[in-house]
Amino acid sequence: MATTQTKSAARLMMAPSVIALLIWMIVPLSLTLYFSTLNYNLFNPGDTPFIGLTNYRFFLSDPAFFTALRNTLALVLGVLVITVGGGILLALLLDQAFYGVNIVRLLVIAPFFVMPTVAALVWKNMMMNPVYGVIGQFLNFIGLGAIDWFSTAPLTAVIIIVAWQWLPFSTLILLTALQSLSEDQKEAAEMDGAGVLSIFWYITLPHMARAITVVILIQTIFLLSIFAEIYVTTSGGPGLQTTNIPYLVYSQALLQFDVGGASAGGIVAVILANIVAFFLIRLIGKNLDA
Amino acid sequence: MARAVSTRRKIGFTILGWTVGFLIFFPVLWTVLTSFKTELQAISIPPRFVFFDWTLENYFAIHERSNYFRFALNSVYLAFGSTLVGLLFAVPAAWAMAFSPTPRTKDVLLWMLSTKMLPAVGVLVPITLIFRDFNLLDTRVGLIGVLFLINLPIMVWMLYTYFKEIPGEILEAARMDGATLAKEITQVLAPMAVPGIASTVLLSVILAWNEAFWTLNLTTTNAAPLSAFIASFSSPQGNFYAKLSAASTMAIAPILIIGWFSQKQLVRGLTFGAVK
Repeated sequence: MATTQTKSAARLMMAPSVIALLIWMIVPLSLTLYFSTLNYNLFNPGDTPFIGLTNYRFFLSDPAFFTALRNTLALVLGVLVITVGGGILLALLLDQAFYGVNIVRLLVIAPFFVMPTVAALVWKNMMMNPVYGVIGQFLNFIGLGAIDWFSTAPLTAVIIIVAWQWLPFSTLILLTALQSLSEDQKEAAEMDGAGVLSIFWYITLPHMARAITVVILIQTIFLLSIFAEIYVTTSGGPGLQTTNIPYLVYSQALLQFDVGGASAGGIVAVILANIVAFFLIRLIGKNLDA
Repeated sequence: MARAVSTRRKIGFTILGWTVGFLIFFPVLWTVLTSFKTELQAISIPPRFVFFDWTLENYFAIHERSNYFRFALNSVYLAFGSTLVGLLFAVPAAWAMAFSPTPRTKDVLLWMLSTKMLPAVGVLVPITLIFRDFNLLDTRVGLIGVLFLINLPIMVWMLYTYFKEIPGEILEAARMDGATLAKEITQVLAPMAVPGIASTVLLSVILAWNEAFWTLNLTTTNAAPLSAFIASFSSPQGNFYAKLSAASTMAIAPILIIGWFSQKQLVRGLTFGAVK
């Protein structure tokens, strides 16, 4: 089949995509690398001397960086714990046969399609507002007293919002994996006298292991760059309490006009993401039978 | 599901399932309900769930801020524009990789995926400066370019996994029967490729519609889509709950419906076929 002619035709068909992505990857990334070595501030764009790694030294030794790094990790880990744990339970629930299971499935995956800016605003104003929010009124009603989420526990509030958006994703993936588990295997285990818990622990969970890994890796990639939810709800504050690395880079670039410093921060973000991506690519690459 | 399930067990799971589903869906439901209340009823204490005077005034009010339509139109332009450009690039590439694979095809696919891992903040500064220098800031063309590029790897992957499932023998058989190239494409290939292309279009539209990082940073008014329009409600003077709800409902309704229809394909698209 693969004559020289079809081969060159194939190359021609792939060329636009490959070239477009090559440019998209190389041009901005090399510019970011270049800017990161300059003392480049948009207030003074005429004079941009080369300063080597000074921007990195400043960015990495800035206390704001450590706060942002800690917040980024707390956000990623917090959301992962909620979505993976909750996703497993939800997938198990939705795998059962009950009345209206298909409709419930649609209800559960709905948050994934809500655009991040809408999700953030709805939670901030209508759920978590201490006076008018539904959660506050509910807590008042049962006598616990409303919480002013965004001033007392801003990072927790952001974690809840983001987890709500990503719970459907892990549920959907884990449910798909669960449905490919053969009933025979479970039945055989049941016949041998295995209880519900040991079936879950020795059969169901190992079967889902691969899907769980995929969920963790893909979500981590997206969660490392959470931006809209923070931009809309807290603008990184109060203080630096909800500033993560993307928000820190954004504020350095577009609020403080420090192109050099922001570029150094951008490169740090790229390195962080690549560490995660390395494992993801290896995992998916193994599955690819090209 | 060959096992008999006792009715009692089924009812128990029905109650549990619906309760959990309702709780997770609640913020969406509450937004839709609030959009039909008056501003006063929207902030009434205790909250009113169904017993309020249903009104459409918020929807009319949002329409009267005539620019709402421009934002909505921008969302449509950006989501469908970037998807269309993406298809023009991705279909031939995926087609070539699926039907004339070379030893390097796998590497090319993985490399494409790796560009998706590039965090947006890493390239925010140069893209903003390039956009400024080429007068692309706040233009639809510029944003379509960015959205198309960030979704291109996913589109190629999704199309590739679909195209690979089309058996090559069918094509050869058609050729043996003397089918012309035009017939081969319209009568043999297209019917088998269309479902895959349709799911890819849905996923790409969803992702582009909801994209917020680039739309917030590269637009102000002219090219701003709904995701940026909604973000403007976070300013103090815009905090009218009922109107915010009406605008939110209109922003998420089309994509929610599309998403519900494409949920099955979504798993494949989002995990690059790693979970089946």
